[in-house]
Amino acid sequence: MTTHDTRPGTTGGADTPGPLHGGPDDDYTPEQLAALPREELDRLGARYDGVEVLHVEPGPEPGSALEKRAVRQVGLLFGLAGLAAFAFFVVYAGAGWFLPDWQWELGSSTFSSLYTPMLGLLMALAFTFFGVGLVLYTKKLLPHETAVQDKHDGSHFDRVTTGATLVGGLHNSGLKRRKLITRSLLFMGGGLGLMLVAPLGGLIKNPSRGNPLGTTEWAEGVRLVRDDGTPIRPGDQEPGSLETVFPAVPGGNRQTDAATMLIRLRPSQQAAEIPREGQEGFGYGDYVAFSKICTHAGCPVSLYEQETSRILCPCHQSQFDVTQGAKPIFGPATRSLPQLPITVDDEGFFVARSDYIEAVGPTYWNRERI
Amino acid sequence: MARTATAPGAPKTALGKAALEVDDRLIVAGPLRRTLNKVFPDHWSFLLGEIALYSFIILLLTGTYLTFFFQAAMTEVTYDGSYAPLRGVDMSIAYASTLDLSFDVRGGLLIRQMHHWAALLFVASIVVHMMRIFFTGAFRRPRETNWLIGVVLLVLALVEGMTGYTMPDDLLSGTGLRIISAIILSIPVIGTWAHWAVFGGDYVGELIVGRFYIVHVLLIPAILLGLIALHLLILVKQKHTQFPGPGRTEHNVVGNRLFPTFAGKATGLLLVVFGVVAALGGLVQINPVWLWGPYNPAQVSAASQPDWYVMFLDGSTRLFPAWDIYLPGNYNIPALFWPTLVLPGILFTLLLAYPMLERKLTGDTASHHLLQRPRDVPVRTSLGVMAITFYLVLMLSGGNDVIADKFDISLNAMTWIGRIGLLILPPIAYVITYRICLGLQQHDREVLEHGIETGVIRRLPHGEFIEVHQPLGPVDAHGHGELAYGGAPVPKKMNQVGGARRAIRGFFSPIEEPTAVELEQRSEERGLSSAEAQRELTSSGRPAEGGRPAEGGRPSEGGRPSEGGRPQEPRD
Repeated sequence: MTTHDTRPGTTGGADTPGPLHGGPDDDYTPEQLAALPREELDRLGARYDGVEVLHVEPGPEPGSALEKRAVRQVGLLFGLAGLAAFAFFVVYAGAGWFLPDWQWELGSSTFSSLYTPMLGLLMALAFTFFGVGLVLYTKKLLPHETAVQDKHDGSHFDRVTTGATLVGGLHNSGLKRRKLITRSLLFMGGGLGLMLVAPLGGLIKNPSRGNPLGTTEWAEGVRLVRDDGTPIRPGDQEPGSLETVFPAVPGGNRQTDAATMLIRLRPSQQAAEIPREGQEGFGYGDYVAFSKICTHAGCPVSLYEQETSRILCPCHQSQFDVTQGAKPIFGPATRSLPQLPITVDDEGFFVARSDYIEAVGPTYWNRERI
Repeated sequence: MARTATAPGAPKTALGKAALEVDDRLIVAGPLRRTLNKVFPDHWSFLLGEIALYSFIILLLTGTYLTFFFQAAMTEVTYDGSYAPLRGVDMSIAYASTLDLSFDVRGGLLIRQMHHWAALLFVASIVVHMMRIFFTGAFRRPRETNWLIGVVLLVLALVEGMTGYTMPDDLLSGTGLRIISAIILSIPVIGTWAHWAVFGGDYVGELIVGRFYIVHVLLIPAILLGLIALHLLILVKQKHTQFPGPGRTEHNVVGNRLFPTFAGKATGLLLVVFGVVAALGGLVQINPVWLWGPYNPAQVSAASQPDWYVMFLDGSTRLFPAWDIYLPGNYNIPALFWPTLVLPGILFTLLLAYPMLERKLTGDTASHHLLQRPRDVPVRTSLGVMAITFYLVLMLSGGNDVIADKFDISLNAMTWIGRIGLLILPPIAYVITYRICLGLQQHDREVLEHGIETGVIRRLPHGEFIEVHQPLGPVDAHGHGELAYGGAPVPKKMNQVGGARRAIRGFFSPIEEPTAVELEQRSEERGLSSAEAQRELTSSGRPAEGGRPAEGGRPSEGGRPSEGGRPQEPRD
């Protein structure tokens, strides 16, 4: 903002704005603008932006009861907001210093269990009071003006001239005639695109290698153990009960597809049992073992209603009948839960006779082929 | 420029001089003035999108804070933090760090809960904002692009939410992840390959939380941010739509200038949204992951529901019948594929294509900047209500086990109610909405023709009782109103046309002089009080000129009826 100019060019050549400078500065000299009151200037600028202020309902009369009241209200709200914000800081920083500790322990003081609610409430009060105060301010103390702004539709002039520039540039590039360049550009574009996408190939893996979907940790002679690793004898469970078992291999209870339900049928259930075709001898006495992974979406089926012999999946409510080889009888599941063939080993503990004979878990495109 | 420095009117205050320095360098005065002068129309429903924007700001702020503490890894650790019931339990680092930021970070639980609540509010406000756009026809030309961006934003918000609630690796989110895995597997032909690409192997592997993390904190937020900016830029460029009303045309915007009124109100709303989210985050517990425990593939809890915005897909999965399709060659398409991927695919495609479909079917290719009242477009309104009904049936079915439990209804009955309801309730909703729209239209026309029912009963000399109607404007020889319907609300109560005096301000004690208000009303030349002051009663109690309005209100632009005219006896 200085008029002291020491550029070398200024002593010699002309440095005046070109003829395109123009604009409203040419219409209104600084002297003219200086003579206008502020409100006029505001309206003048608004008109340049296509805005006309139609109507102004002035705010409350200065010094009137209405104004005093509104100012009191807004001031009170801002004050309360500040108070809440400071209180937030005091609670936040003071806990464990001059206030009781904030860290919550089972059975600890009321202060620590109210710490988060207090912080939330104080923060909410600060924000809300501030917000409401601001809205009241605009509603009660500011003049209400109604303004109207023109909506500019697309300009034909702009379209034609821009089009001419674009087409001109394209024409000058000569790409239409210089076929070799277009073709080599296309060729290069394809290659570059491919090159840029190629590293994503690192994500791709062959899902069929080693058949991870079709096999589990179960194998001949692998014991059925509880979550804590203890093996199970046939006498351990009451008739009608269900226990979740895992293969006795390291990390067996964290395997995503090995979880199995060992169910001891009641005599009436056993009498009514219709095993799946070809899987008649998969149980052991009154014990049957089914995969716990739902054949619908892979949730662990967990809720066993022994009165009706049904196992319910809590995710989408598929129901399986354990007396019919865990056949789906309601809900979206389409296939029976796979059955694990079991027997007991020399020491009298349950073991698997083999892995599941089909893939456990949800259905997929080529499941039948694995 | 040097000439402004010495010109008359050059700033004398320090602030003014500083402003001049800035403008000398950046030349911002012009664009700034254009921005400050920009006119925004005023209607409560235009604030819904703003709520979405402000929730997004909260999400960015709280989310960044959470990344200071959250560790997105699935390595197994033994928990030894402050939450005693889980001490000594094996869990992933992701879950352990979520517990730590809830129990061992000062104020961390508040921020975590605010983040979750803001996410729910974000999606909810997008949906409600979208309904407003749909029912008022704001998506019509030239705003189809912004509708498309909006739908993409909604889908991204859903994916963002889903990846977000999956990351803590608790039992509930793990169950959700297992279902996501099954859904990916169910894609025909490439299902297993897609699963291996996403999870890096069989379910669950060690990578997925880390991958979801970077998608959740970088990829999708960056796209969201870009699209929101574009959404707003287009909005500013095209200018906001407005409801029809006096002086409002297809070629202008009537409302408040950005500065100071609109800016004040918008900032106020931002603060209130912040306040509401803070209150929810502090006072209302959400997703207490320490109660669910770490993820274990062999465990699940009953009533495992996703966040509300994914519940419609959970519902569709529950309702869809057990229809696997077996193809020759021992291939099959799982039943899970249809309700979880095909259905949302169809729904979102329809949503995306709706503006184009409507343009094609109605042949209306004109630009529209004035909004429609839902009643005036009964087919679209009914379609919208039909879609909402379809959505609600799906959403309620997503919690049908809870409903069955709380209301003691058979679970299987709930599934069948959902299946049947999904097919027959939407058409019923369509018909009912259509009838309501027509009824409302008819009533508008009736009031315009006969006037507002005043509730005043008069007995005519020959003994007939009639109700006095207040016409909204000039009437013809038969006493029928001459105003045409202009797409704006028609006043239907006398108070809306100044039938009652303005209430005297003041809650406990009046802060205005009642007589002053009375005089002000009379001088305003409108409403009954002013009419009363001027009316000369004849002996029969009728207005001297036979009740015809002395100066008929001229229909104003946009069709809002003028407030002239006096009580008028019906002629038929």
